Amino acid sequence: MTTRIVELRQGILKKNDELARELRSRFTAAGVLVLNLVSSPGTGKTAFLERTLRDLRVSGARVAALVGDLETDNDARRLAASGAPVRQINTHGICHLEAEMVSRHLADWEGVELGGLDYLFIENVGNLVCPSSYDLGERVRVALLSVTEGEDKPLKYPTLFNSADAAVITKMDIAEAVGFDRATALSNIRQIRPGIRIFETSAKTGTGMDDWLAYLAEARGAD
Amino acid sequence: MHELSIISSVVDSVIESLEAYPGARVLEVRLRLGALAAVVEDSLQFCYEIATRETQLEGSRLVISIVPVTVHCAACGKDGVLENLQSFRCPHCDEPTGDVRGGREMDIEAIEIEDAKETTTP
Repeated sequence: MTTRIVELRQGILKKNDELARELRSRFTAAGVLVLNLVSSPGTGKTAFLERTLRDLRVSGARVAALVGDLETDNDARRLAASGAPVRQINTHGICHLEAEMVSRHLADWEGVELGGLDYLFIENVGNLVCPSSYDLGERVRVALLSVTEGEDKPLKYPTLFNSADAAVITKMDIAEAVGFDRATALSNIRQIRPGIRIFETSAKTGTGMDDWLAYLAEARGAD
Repeated sequence: MHELSIISSVVDSVIESLEAYPGARVLEVRLRLGALAAVVEDSLQFCYEIATRETQLEGSRLVISIVPVTVHCAACGKDGVLENLQSFRCPHCDEPTGDVRGGREMDIEAIEIEDAKETTTP
């Protein structure tokens, strides 16, 4: 009986990574800026995205969103109120989105062509761990954190915050009421991801949205 | 908990690579995981047992080596290994740095297999 070692040296998520690369080149060719929004459940991703979609539409931008959840299309219905095309991805128990799900939902999305979009937002499943391993072909990964979550969250979930290109703090309108320690939160984010752009926002009052929209335009122009 | 998805990808890839070795049985699968890979080793081991049942990998060992996080520092020009993931600073000069050069790996490094028994013709 002979035993031997066979070298494989291949990425575990090779299939996902290959598909994500393919998506990324399609997005670039179509001139659409794709963002992947990641946070815990309850951070306010949907409210923040709804506001972003509305504000971008007012400015004349062509936007759409894919939204991931384990079950229900509640978020898609909420987001559709912005007037933008929105499609729900139900993962049925899977705790993150994968490139294949994005690809499949783009393929038969009636009335939406990548070439006809300026921005495509992908709202990931609420989870601060698993989505960080899966590339969706996005150009900008955004980590969101609300003022109610505890300033040390970036330290607890370094993998996700370290892989983000931008950070958004949500619910700034209630920061004072909940005793949010702004300086500590900002310093913790920068500790994990030095040099990251941070936006302090409120979807309710519109605080910080101008900076965020300017960043989006800048990121899109950098193509 | 995406460890089951990850392990399922590992099992699929290993089975695919076994096509070149008909009848072989897997004894060991070696993974290299970066400290920033966001997976829990215990949980991988647990899922491995489930995911390998009734496959050519059943009963094999899963061996995981963890790759530490290496950062490059623009200030002093050196690479260094991070001691903890709560502070991305150059271990040599203490400047903050986000330039991660290693530690996100999620690779199947190798497998150890036992070849099929040779059939002897009389």
